[in-house]
Amino acid sequence: MADRSSESPQATRGNQQTAGRALGHLEVQGVGKIYDPTGVRVEALKDCSLDIPAGDFIAIVGPSGCGKSTLLNILAGFDTLTGGNVLLDGEPLATLDAPPKPGPDRVVVFQNGALFPWKTVLQNVVYGLVVKKQLPESEANEMGMDLLARTGGLDRIAQVFPGQLSSGMQRRVEILRALINNPRILLLDEPFRAMDTVSKTTMHQHLLDIYDTFHKTVFFITHDLDEAIFLADTVVVMTTRPGTIKLRLDIDLPRPRNRHTITSPQFMELKQQAVSAVHEEAKKAFERGERELA
Amino acid sequence: MPGGSKLLNMWVGYLLTVMAWYACVQWLPIPSFQRLPDPLTVVVEWFNPDPDYGLSLFTGDYYLHIWYSTYRATTSFLLAVVLGVPLGILMGWRAKANEYASALLGILRPIPPLAWVPVAILIFPGNEPAVIFVTFLVAFFATTMNTLLGVRSIDRDYFRAAQCLGAEPKDILRDVIIPGALPSIFTGLQIAMGAAWFSLVAGEMIAAQYGLGFMILESYNLVQYPTIVIMMVTLGIVGYLSSALIRVAGNRMMRWRAEAIGLGAT
Repeated sequence: MADRSSESPQATRGNQQTAGRALGHLEVQGVGKIYDPTGVRVEALKDCSLDIPAGDFIAIVGPSGCGKSTLLNILAGFDTLTGGNVLLDGEPLATLDAPPKPGPDRVVVFQNGALFPWKTVLQNVVYGLVVKKQLPESEANEMGMDLLARTGGLDRIAQVFPGQLSSGMQRRVEILRALINNPRILLLDEPFRAMDTVSKTTMHQHLLDIYDTFHKTVFFITHDLDEAIFLADTVVVMTTRPGTIKLRLDIDLPRPRNRHTITSPQFMELKQQAVSAVHEEAKKAFERGERELA
Repeated sequence: MPGGSKLLNMWVGYLLTVMAWYACVQWLPIPSFQRLPDPLTVVVEWFNPDPDYGLSLFTGDYYLHIWYSTYRATTSFLLAVVLGVPLGILMGWRAKANEYASALLGILRPIPPLAWVPVAILIFPGNEPAVIFVTFLVAFFATTMNTLLGVRSIDRDYFRAAQCLGAEPKDILRDVIIPGALPSIFTGLQIAMGAAWFSLVAGEMIAAQYGLGFMILESYNLVQYPTIVIMMVTLGIVGYLSSALIRVAGNRMMRWRAEAIGLGAT
């Protein structure tokens, strides 16, 4: 089990980053996105507003095509917005005038996994530190090994290439590759989508352990309502296109959470509230003939 | 022993081919086939310390021909790599470079090496550069196209992940584009090596006195038929070996790939 006393991977190295403690406050203010590549206006996002306190775990749920990935891409800096602002810790992250740029303060974990298959697990994990020349490679490797070891003894696979690992193991490594940079936000784009139920449950536990250890702001996209409620502090349900915020549900389930959480009456009650909202949107999407996934 | 039956099958295949050759020459009632030397004649000539037509394993000239051809094929191949890989990467990386170069490549690529021979003789000052130019062309196109394909096939998420982690364009080139395109580049290099060898025969039509391709044509003119076959088989063996060399080098450089598909995992 991971050591719960540490705030961030870097803090444990005696790196006094006390200022890093409260970082990760995300404000999404009236964000809109209109795609118009061929003259046909498609409104993907409309007036989306969210206030995510530093260190919160937020899960975005909605039918496919509701713009949740568009929102993540804007936050990550892969895509521009066509309305509104995004602020990170009070500073503009994405505005109309200043298109966002990707950066190590907001690292994405991808739906299909994006560990570099040509680098070993350790080389992947320390990539962010090495590429920015923050640390000499030997120190970065030491830090990487330390982080791998503290996260369920993953140091034993440090010299293995990702292609030899299960998809669950790959995703754990990818999360660590993000965390080692001490990001303000982790952006998770349906990372467990392609997994079977058993692996998914295991992955949830690993993710919660990591969350309880490092307390980063987590922005988690999913279409699995159980997953969202089990993991998050706040579940946000989005509408079908144009994507807007339909419901914001505070999840006050106690942490640390475990498998008993899912069967508790409190969980059921929260699910009941969310289900009706999701179902309504799912039905709308279905009637419009879109592929349904909620 | 694993692979034992595979090896056996390979030799059975060779044996059947040689038998078919023998049968064609000796038993087919077509007179023109009988001009071809049978396998036995070829082998006897090949291993003859005092060959009837001047070339065998025991004559220095035989190795001189091999040396000239290998030198030309290798030079052409290296030129193709040095020019083709960067061009392919540039085309895959920068849309503008692709727009400039693709029309040119599209039209030049289908022109067979033989068709370049007159132009090569006209524009190059000596025989040797002209031979190398003709040999180089197909190898160059194969390398460029495969490199381009390799860069294009890299998943967009790898670029995004690198950007997220703070990589600059030069880091992305080194850590994503080159390793990501490497499997495809090596496929291209194997094709290029093969292409260099088969273009060589066209190129050596120009050459004056040495080379396997040259010797095949020359032996035909001099009615030294066993020598033709010896040179053809030699060309095949040397070509095969050079491709195998590239395959080995590729597997070394892409250990991640070999291990992921279960080859040589340690």
